[in-house]
Amino acid sequence: MSNSIITGIVAIFDRDNIDTDQIIPTEYLKSIKKYGFGDFLFDGWRYLDEGKLNMTADDRLKNDDFILNQEPFNKSNILLTRDNFGCGSSREHAVWALRDFGFKAVIASSFGDIFYNNCFKNSVLPIKLSKEEVSHLFERASSSPDSFEIDLLKKEIKVDNDFCYSFEVKDSLLDRIVHNLDDVDITLKDKLLIQEYENERQKQRAWLFDYSN
Amino acid sequence: MSLTLYDKLWDEHLIKTDDSNESLIYIDRHYLHEVTSPQAFEGLRHKNLKPWRLDANVATPDHNVPTTRGKTFYAESISDEIAKIQVVELDKNCNDFGIRQFDITSKKQGIVHVMGPELGYTLPGMTIVCGDSHTSTHGAFGCLAMGIGTSEVEHVLATQCLKISKLKNMQVQFNGELQRGVTSKDIVLHLIKLIGTAGGTGHAIEFSGSYISSASMESRMTICNMAIEAGAKVGLIGVDSITLDYVKKHSNLSNAMHSKANEYWLTLRSDDGANFDKKIIIDVSQIKPQVTWGTSPEMTIDFDADIPSAKDISEENQENMSLAKAYMGLEKSKTLQELSFDRIFIGSCTNSRIEDLRDAASVIKGQKVSKDITEAIVVPGSGMVKAQAEEEGLDTIFMEAGFLWRDPGCSMCLGMNPDQLKPYERCASTSNRNFEGRQGNLGRTHLMSPLMAALTAVNGKITDPS
Ligand code: SF4
Repeated sequence: MSNSIITGIVAIFDRDNIDTDQIIPTEYLKSIKKYGFGDFLFDGWRYLDEGKLNMTADDRLKNDDFILNQEPFNKSNILLTRDNFGCGSSREHAVWALRDFGFKAVIASSFGDIFYNNCFKNSVLPIKLSKEEVSHLFERASSSPDSFEIDLLKKEIKVDNDFCYSFEVKDSLLDRIVHNLDDVDITLKDKLLIQEYENERQKQRAWLFDYSN
Repeated sequence: MSLTLYDKLWDEHLIKTDDSNESLIYIDRHYLHEVTSPQAFEGLRHKNLKPWRLDANVATPDHNVPTTRGKTFYAESISDEIAKIQVVELDKNCNDFGIRQFDITSKKQGIVHVMGPELGYTLPGMTIVCGDSHTSTHGAFGCLAMGIGTSEVEHVLATQCLKISKLKNMQVQFNGELQRGVTSKDIVLHLIKLIGTAGGTGHAIEFSGSYISSASMESRMTICNMAIEAGAKVGLIGVDSITLDYVKKHSNLSNAMHSKANEYWLTLRSDDGANFDKKIIIDVSQIKPQVTWGTSPEMTIDFDADIPSAKDISEENQENMSLAKAYMGLEKSKTLQELSFDRIFIGSCTNSRIEDLRDAASVIKGQKVSKDITEAIVVPGSGMVKAQAEEEGLDTIFMEAGFLWRDPGCSMCLGMNPDQLKPYERCASTSNRNFEGRQGNLGRTHLMSPLMAALTAVNGKITDPS
């Protein structure tokens, strides 16, 4: 059950509205692959030079002030931030970049809707807590960044082995992370149901199926 | 029971809901472009699947195509190797799977949200998705339209369905008449300033009110387009005669089909007394032209107002504000009117329709782009918009004033193609996102209407449009 407990190092981003353009800039959306985006995560903040898709972190001029360039945060796997994380564009590349860097969970007081959905398709757990709870975790993370434990089955967060908060997330969404499920396979089990609906729709709303051009 | 438009569209498309309240809804239209689709097609191949219903899909390259293509141009002529791979890959995927594409050589190619409605692929009452957050644009036609991620693109291709949970309902009423020089862009920026970029999160926003009832489809699209900037995945507007006239003009349906559909289409409105979880009423006659000062669309002010300073905002927002000011180079500026601009961008799925170009052209006629401006470009949203503008002579007005007249695409809205800001350049832009680096590394974006952007081009500064 390796997918049901997340432990590791917490990186904190004390900022609201971190949008998907910050998480991964447009330049890297030119890739046609689904992996290999870790080096471009938070590119604009992480490096001092301008990057290109075929470059790696080693080719770049690092911004030493940026948290993910500092020990031990260069190996973070939990991200803690404030409001509206992942707002903006629908690019799933943002989640791929977080995942490829090694992030397994993001804790925030709110998320962009599309980003939130995309997370579950890529084994990154978005955890929504209240602003006060997030502030409290900020304090805990500043003093002991390596002592967080997230239990996906119990839906709770512990710090230094003390229970801190439980969080809410839909079981069906969580299941996809815990059991590595694929949505297409799940939906195709309802193939007949979809076909039935479609046939009926074709009768009722014929214009949707009439393309004369 | 009284239902909202969103409720009606939801019920109509619902196939099933599972125990944890996730639903499967049927998708009528799926738009695709080169950036968010390659990995989805790869997924289909990997699983040995075919698209569920080919004719529901329409594709076009838009995000990274060069806008200086001229008369003969092929995907192979794109000089950026990596961008070329995506455009060629889209060609290949559409050919392999049999998906209709308006490719880079097509006269109809354009930004997917401009092209779809004008070619009649967006019809009232549809569920519409695309791997692009501005899919909310199509809600202007009484559609349930939203952006999705790439895994969902694969899911929709393979199953013709989307797995989602129902949103809450929010109503935004825009009442009254606009002041001179104020446009739909100003109205929606004003809303985002009021409710914030997370104000609509988890909601479908229905726009209504007397202003909306009289607004053109183009203006309605601009407003629904930016619903996502208010945090709402879905923005939508009830169907009325303005919608139907547009659809009649643009769709390829036979008259018989139209009459069949019309009666249903006109039911696509919220019932009287329908329940909204949130309601906002705005008197648009009080709204002035809006311009963003910061790095989030909610950082918006009246064009002539003071840029907020520390004393105007709560303590918890101080950090966001000082970061934004530093990025935008505003530490010493009191008003936006003091700033000198370097570049002008008129385009994007928010403001590159024919009405927008007419608006912009109307203020620059007979004038010249200020010599302080390094470059001013107009990028029509689609081949059809471009042709229409040229027929009306707008291209000549722009070029005589010193603007560059480009080929359709997303262009400087997100700087994936060669149209990008250089570090620290300040741009008056009609696009929708002023995020850090959105238009080019360290570029500074101020969002505004086409009217205001055109005026800024001529004066080199933000000026009063009335
Ligand atoms: S014009 Fe800009 S916002 Fe619109 S689809 Fe293109 S990149 Fe996205």
